[in-house]
Amino acid sequence: MSDAPPASASGAPPASASGAAPATASGAAPAAAQNGSPVAADPVLDLDAAYRDSQVGEILGKLDRELVGLAPVKTRIREIAHLLLIDKLRSSVGLASEPPPLHMSFTGPPGTGKTTVAMRMAEILHRLGYVRRGHLVVATRDDLVGQYIGHTAPKTKEVLKKATGGVLLIDEAYYLYKPENERDYGGEAIEILLQVMENQRDDLVVIFAGYKDRMESFFASNPGLSSRVANHIDFPDYTADELLAIAQLMLARLNYAFSPAAATAFAEYVRLRLQQPQFANARSIRNALDRARLRQATRLFEHGGTVTPHQLEELDESDIRKSRVFAAKERPPAES
Amino acid sequence: MRLTQGTFSYLADLTDEQISRQIQYALEQGWPISIEYTDDPHPRNVYWEMFGLPMFDVRDAAAVMQELAKARAEHPNDYIKIAAYDARLGRQTTALSFIVNRPGNEPGFRVERTVRADRQIGYQLHSYATEQPHGERYVPRSNGKA
Repeated sequence: MSDAPPASASGAPPASASGAAPATASGAAPAAAQNGSPVAADPVLDLDAAYRDSQVGEILGKLDRELVGLAPVKTRIREIAHLLLIDKLRSSVGLASEPPPLHMSFTGPPGTGKTTVAMRMAEILHRLGYVRRGHLVVATRDDLVGQYIGHTAPKTKEVLKKATGGVLLIDEAYYLYKPENERDYGGEAIEILLQVMENQRDDLVVIFAGYKDRMESFFASNPGLSSRVANHIDFPDYTADELLAIAQLMLARLNYAFSPAAATAFAEYVRLRLQQPQFANARSIRNALDRARLRQATRLFEHGGTVTPHQLEELDESDIRKSRVFAAKERPPAES
Repeated sequence: MRLTQGTFSYLADLTDEQISRQIQYALEQGWPISIEYTDDPHPRNVYWEMFGLPMFDVRDAAAVMQELAKARAEHPNDYIKIAAYDARLGRQTTALSFIVNRPGNEPGFRVERTVRADRQIGYQLHSYATEQPHGERYVPRSNGKA
């Protein structure tokens, strides 16, 4: 994949510091191969240059900017990226390098950015040359498991074919395995997945995603699967402050803005909404904002007459306060 | 007689590496790939059997190569071709197709003259392979027959 420039400079003693960095890094492999002994030439590899060349930093930065919070996730992704980069450098000087196990599991409540992180992960793996195309295919049980005998294998293989060269994200993976129904075809899909994960490691990377507790029991009942999934990343719930920051980010992207009163109203909204069931983190926030936009549009229409660009942009306090979340607060027994 | 049909027909048989790169090119153009096979080598035979459905939404040639390996295992003694279909409006035709597998023995063709009314002469192509019934036309090269 990498086209190494001619190795003319490789035999020379390492130049001072960072001067000829890229040439040193890529020219080292042929030298090692000639000498037979892996580290005989003792070349100096410039980590920073390799990092820059791989452009991984750019994606990690994007991850940082686009996703609020998620500190543990970002740390893990960074660690994985570093491991992969070091592994690449090791193999470039002829040190033994077992291709690192790349299959992952992303666990966490809904709306915590699992799909977005998977998308970035695919890009990182692509930049480092561990997958050839770097696209993400999202599949659920419906896409993998058939409805009658002999239906499952072609269906699963079809999805695997689409994902070849990229990353396959299996959302709510635990639905694949239904122990209570012995005639369920999910097991067949898991078997095919296992085969591919083992035999075609160069071709695709599989990421399993879902709720933490259910994923754990899923892995516990499929030991073959859990032993092939090396990286477990847990996505924490967002705090109220992080959700507010997410809301601001979403609004900015849509060219909307809160009025100052609306901002405080929304902070209150988030606090109340957090206590209600079925809260899906960023997804719920997006839905709340969508409904607020709806109310804003209605309000502007009812008002009639002329509007200014500023009015079109601004979400008012009343757009937020009309939410049923506030109504629920006033008469608690009515809605749970 | 070596059958020549489709793109690259006058080149030597492509290696798997070359096939894979041609497939990747087709995929990058947005042409879905299908695999077809036949044991009727007549040049006007356009009805080849499909090996599975055309592969839509595939991004990487490795997926097609796996399918091709399966096709070769199931039909080692048939002609197999890769066809890339360009579905764009105004095009809607096979954009690229080439043979990727051929039987061990290729008996070839003979030309038959038929004398018609008024001493007119018509020509037709007769494929030796089709003298045998379907399914028995080609034998693996190792059998030493034909």
